[in-house]
Amino acid sequence: MGWALMGSNMLAWFRPCPKHWATDGSKRMGHSWSLGEHGRVICGAFVLKETGEKNIQGFGHVDPRFWITLICLPALFCHGTKVPRNINMERLRNGYLFSEICRRELEHTQKYPHAKLIKLGIGDTTEPIPDIITSAMAEHAHALSTIRGYRGYGAEQGNMELRNAIAQTFYRDMGIKANEVFVSDGAQCDISRIQMLLGSNVTVAVQDPSFPAYMDSSVIIGQSGNFKEETGKYENILYMNCGPESNFFPDLSNTPRTDIIFLCSPNNPTGHAASRQQLEQLVEFAKANGSIIIHDSAYAAYITDESPRSIFEIPGGREVAIEISSFSKFAGFTGVRLGWTVVPEELLYSNGFPVIKDYNRIVCTCFNGASSIAQAGGLACLSSDGYLAMNAVLDYYKENAKIIMDTFTSLGLKVHGGKNAPYMWVHFPGLRSWDVFNEILEKTHIITVPGTGFGPGGEGYIRVSAFGQRESVIEASRRLKNLLK
Amino acid sequence: MYSLMSSPSISSSSSSFLGQTHFDSRNPNACLPTKDSWICKCVATPSTETTAHTTKVSRNANMAKLQAGYLFPEIARRRSAHMLKYPDAQVISLGIGDTTEPIPEVITSGMAKKAHALSTLEGYSGYGAEQGEKQLRAAIASTFYGDLSIEESDIFVSDGAKSDISRLQVMFGSNVTMAVQDPSYPAYVDLSVILGQTGQFQKDVEKYGNIEYMKCNPENGFFPDLSTVSRTDIIFFCSPYNPTGNAATREQLTRLVQFAKDNGSILVYDSGYAMYISDDSPRSIFEIPGAKEVAIEVSSFSKYAGFTGVRLGWTVVPKELLYSDGFPVAKDFNRIECTTFNAASNISQASGLACLSPEGLEAMHKLVGFYKENTNIIMETFTSLGFSVYGGKNAPYVWVHFPGQSSWDVFSEILEKTHVVTTPGSGFGPAGDGFIRVCAFSHRGNVLEACKRFKRLYK
Repeated sequence: MGWALMGSNMLAWFRPCPKHWATDGSKRMGHSWSLGEHGRVICGAFVLKETGEKNIQGFGHVDPRFWITLICLPALFCHGTKVPRNINMERLRNGYLFSEICRRELEHTQKYPHAKLIKLGIGDTTEPIPDIITSAMAEHAHALSTIRGYRGYGAEQGNMELRNAIAQTFYRDMGIKANEVFVSDGAQCDISRIQMLLGSNVTVAVQDPSFPAYMDSSVIIGQSGNFKEETGKYENILYMNCGPESNFFPDLSNTPRTDIIFLCSPNNPTGHAASRQQLEQLVEFAKANGSIIIHDSAYAAYITDESPRSIFEIPGGREVAIEISSFSKFAGFTGVRLGWTVVPEELLYSNGFPVIKDYNRIVCTCFNGASSIAQAGGLACLSSDGYLAMNAVLDYYKENAKIIMDTFTSLGLKVHGGKNAPYMWVHFPGLRSWDVFNEILEKTHIITVPGTGFGPGGEGYIRVSAFGQRESVIEASRRLKNLLK
Repeated sequence: MYSLMSSPSISSSSSSFLGQTHFDSRNPNACLPTKDSWICKCVATPSTETTAHTTKVSRNANMAKLQAGYLFPEIARRRSAHMLKYPDAQVISLGIGDTTEPIPEVITSGMAKKAHALSTLEGYSGYGAEQGEKQLRAAIASTFYGDLSIEESDIFVSDGAKSDISRLQVMFGSNVTMAVQDPSYPAYVDLSVILGQTGQFQKDVEKYGNIEYMKCNPENGFFPDLSTVSRTDIIFFCSPYNPTGNAATREQLTRLVQFAKDNGSILVYDSGYAMYISDDSPRSIFEIPGAKEVAIEVSSFSKYAGFTGVRLGWTVVPKELLYSDGFPVAKDFNRIECTTFNAASNISQASGLACLSPEGLEAMHKLVGFYKENTNIIMETFTSLGFSVYGGKNAPYVWVHFPGQSSWDVFSEILEKTHVVTTPGSGFGPAGDGFIRVCAFSHRGNVLEACKRFKRLYK
């Protein structure tokens, strides 16, 4: 018995592997494999019938859709370990949202190689970093080649000067001290480290919709339980609906207690910045319930009104909250990688043990500090000239947001966000968000993000980001007007 | 209320946090910040204990299992305390394996070039692929795994080995058993504890329950006697070996791969010091036939290019590596990378590429050679003093035997009497007791001076 694996590189016949194939020839198991990019797929060990050679690798052509269903072809001598796959990894749904968006983008580019694709999907910054900041990074790089300027391991918590600058710049009147600031390589990594800190035995609430990393990291660490297809939700995660009816903020009067509450404000994806009153209610709720708020303030720099920029503006915030933030979206550091987390000393576990002590241990054990060059850049960002320069870039994206908002509004669509965040949350009532995503992509070659990627509460919405070059944003507006008028 | 460690306040070291005692020293007369509708009442509170809010969130039991702080911040803390005690002493650090020599210019120019490019329209880049820049992955594959059939797509670039090991442990989850060398790099054990793979710490044997400790000592040539090792799902193995400094032979690694294969285990192979190998010892686990079906390899630019602060490393997860249900491990690792990570800094990656250019490689070899010469000097010193000395030949670490003595006592004595910081062997595991690790990362002058002082102390 043999099967041919047809491919651009190889054609071969194989013998069946008793581990994976029953004696009647029916398949015992199959694999599907996605690399998320072009690459060669190794099919596993197999035997070439003609030559009898064992354990030779074969190649397959990667299907344009990047999924290959491999009917497991390993032959007599294939080896699988006896290590059980982490059941939490099995619970994850599909690929991470933004990797999926990338994949579809690639696919679309192949289908329409001449189309000018405009990316308003993944919130990736596009404008160059101001010179004053990159010069500081270059200067630090050069210094690393000198005896005086060379630096090896930095403190895992970050360079003290930078920690001070962060405390002074963002938390000046809030009593946050430099030693409560932990510099990192970005919010996504910090979320995961916070999850490692918390462990699997805590209950978690997330906004619905919300940034997928909170949920996915919760699944990975074992807090979530199984995914329920019928509800589109994980059984042990509490989803706090944030729709227009509740002013995009959880209705706390209807929210059961959980140990941990993830809240992002300004919100990704809805763009809503919580008001002072809303955050006061949240802090009070957390205090009454003995919960910990993980407050993601990565977009605070985009706030244009009086909305709080930090949870620690709220009295009592220090006793109930951890705040994460990032240089990504205000300094264009999405590739440079720099962020921070604030863990106040007052934040205590139920047995009185300070959370900051454990977080410090996590940072020292799981991490080795953000890159010293990125930190040098961060320091330059927080100098007065650097800060001014960054604000100019922020204004640029804010203007983009306005253009996009006006476009959708003029088309009669309900648009949320945009004012305090670089995201617009556009309502397409009665339509499925992946369908809208596909239609927009197919007909206007614009990448957006379908609302359901952020949770079931995102159905019927599309997130459009304001990160792009002005001409692209204007062009996108033109195309959208053509399509949706 | 928890009683907290108290030690002198220390400024810049990584462990300075441990030295501060803000928790119970807050000014009892402090005011709340004034806000619009708040009335600020300043009262002298008798103690923070009675008014402090505690959440109802239980502390992660796994964190509670950890014994004290991570080893190296503790070393740093003691070093800082010593410097406070002897402000005029010239303290020499041969403890934490931190590189000291400037990074060759051919590499930092690549770094600076990328930084400047980020200020231009053509050169600006935002989010990179979480797995790393294609070019760098390809360069790593061809430089280190050229004829070992490891491909670019098997390589995952990272911000360093410690973060990678952490992500690997997150991927494996709590329901796997693990084995480590004893002694070993502390992160393997500590991360295992944090992820819930272990039982409690057993003070009498100084080991965590549910971890298989594979003793490595002079009697077994610092390679575990596999016939006495129980099966575990995961085996952490470091070669060249930190802290003992020896490199496993081809024969030994072949047995290890076979052992992993027979047991259906996954080998996590740390090869961060491979460039220090002077003899024929394998530089990669994938030199061993069959390794691709059992091993993951973790490595780093830290000790080759002085990137301890720059942060760049990589992990190889071969496509052939499968879980018991046939699911490819690389697929889960990719998912972990995409969800819990957002790629190594693009500037670090650009400098990594510069490292792997012909001039960059030459420069790195020179740098490694410099530290190897340091290692020789240290080895000769301790040998001439009559000590049994191990390692050194294939790694930047010298493992010195002080039979019958507690390694923390030896560490303290050396620090007190010579102002040289080393690392006590028991910090790496119970089988490390009676040994001191001396690292070769220092300026030549410091190494020579340290050796002079050792000779004075031990002659």
